[in-house]
Amino acid sequence: MSASGSLATGFDRRPWLLLSPALVSVALLLVVPAMFIVVYSFWLRTATGADQVTFSLDNWREVLTDPFYRDILIQTLRIAAISTITCALVGYIPAYYIAYAPTRHKTLLLVLLMLPFWVSYIIRTMSWINILGVSGAVNGVMLWAGIIDEPIQMLYNEVTVVLGLVHFLLPFMILNIYVSLDGIDRSLTDAARSLGCTGWQAFREVTLPLSVPGLAAGSLLCFVLGAGTYITPMVLGGPGDAMFANLVFEAIVTQLDWPLGSALSLLLLALLSALVLVYSRFLGIDQIAKSFR
Amino acid sequence: MSLAWTAIRFGTLLVYLFMFAPVAVVMLLSFNANQFGSFPMEGLSLRWFVALIENDAIVRAFQTSLVLGALTSVISTTMGVLAALAMVRYDFPGKRLISTALIAPILVPEVVLAVALLLFLRALDVPRSFFLLLMGHVIFTLPFVVLVVQARLVGIRRDYEEAALSLGANAFQTFREITLPLMLPAVLAGMLFSFTISFDDITGTLFWKPGGVETVPTQIFAMLRNSISPEINALGTVMVVFTVALPLLGAALARRVSARMTTGR
Repeated sequence: MSASGSLATGFDRRPWLLLSPALVSVALLLVVPAMFIVVYSFWLRTATGADQVTFSLDNWREVLTDPFYRDILIQTLRIAAISTITCALVGYIPAYYIAYAPTRHKTLLLVLLMLPFWVSYIIRTMSWINILGVSGAVNGVMLWAGIIDEPIQMLYNEVTVVLGLVHFLLPFMILNIYVSLDGIDRSLTDAARSLGCTGWQAFREVTLPLSVPGLAAGSLLCFVLGAGTYITPMVLGGPGDAMFANLVFEAIVTQLDWPLGSALSLLLLALLSALVLVYSRFLGIDQIAKSFR
Repeated sequence: MSLAWTAIRFGTLLVYLFMFAPVAVVMLLSFNANQFGSFPMEGLSLRWFVALIENDAIVRAFQTSLVLGALTSVISTTMGVLAALAMVRYDFPGKRLISTALIAPILVPEVVLAVALLLFLRALDVPRSFFLLLMGHVIFTLPFVVLVVQARLVGIRRDYEEAALSLGANAFQTFREITLPLMLPAVLAGMLFSFTISFDDITGTLFWKPGGVETVPTQIFAMLRNSISPEINALGTVMVVFTVALPLLGAALARRVSARMTTGR
């Protein structure tokens, strides 16, 4: 009997049996916990450190009106946006090269592009300490060349946070742009050229607009991943460079103020989900799944 | 080759340098004989790797990461493969919604996922434990397994299975003799992928791990708090070799196994 044979006789249980372990896990480990922290965010932390079951808007009022949180939120969005734009500008070049260049090394370049995904985030982040730190490579070279007399501290500011994020996010961007470029029908640019376009015009009028889905998918991924991180600011940032996820980490792990931590993480979730929803409304979420093929 | 291509080529080279140079420096410095592990290098030495083996905390972190990664990969690949089979082989109502649900754990920021799971299990009186860590890693790696396995399954044609069925094999025989060998590379890819993601994870792990338990990434993170030492670089090198060499080895193995199983033993 074929898989579709039982459709005629009514409900086919087999796909649901196959799906049930995964769906039950998603429900129990993600959906229910997410609903739980919604409830939790209305509870209160008492002076003794216990949770008080109640319905209070205090956490939400604090999170939404305190300028401290607002400033860090703006800072987070700014850092994520700068990192994403940098990734798009820098990432387009290799993506274009891999897709179109007359090169024998296409496979090698693609395999190399996957390598960073296998190297731990923490190692890629901390590697910059070896480059820019007081005893790092750049200072070493400058001291040796006599450009400076004493090592300069280049780390622990917003620039190094952005640098670390770009380094972490760039492969996602390149891969998404590449997938998009690779799917463009070559005869379209050829047609544009034969109709008198210069190479640059053909790129601007044909290739670039057709690669927008990849650019958008890459940007969404980079922005969401960038805006949700707390590791990079902790390793490469200074005291003033905290991002929103650092607040969540502080509230939950350090201060043990779980109701406040719930409200903070829900606000982050709401903002980033709104972005994902707007995106999938216009472009569809399938574009992101394409880079796995 | 035109000027424009030369510029694009040069740009590509620079971007690849940017992506790989820092990690290369980590690996280079881990062989540094200099006692502060900084530039200039004063010759090659394996002393920092010896120091790793002699450090109990690091050895323990490595064991924890290995066990956690292995369990995560078995559980999440089992669930992921079953789900991917359903998604590729069947049509059913609500498929789009199910597809979104299956990748939901990576659409939600990992920090939020970590907080929700931690607080929910605490409310059920499950404290921070290895179990919580395992559940967290399973749910976080599941979407990657589903996406990877699904992408490979789409490429396996139904004809072979239908041929086996029409030649008299029952459903189980068909699965064992035809479907399983054909999808073995996909299963291995899912296992490797989930193992590596679990082995490398730090964002969720810092929330979920019980006090006193460290994985390799959280151990590196804790050591960074003091200062960057050559030992951290050596640990980073071991981890890179581990998570990069393993998939390459696995890919080669998968190709050989599937070749043998499809050409008949």
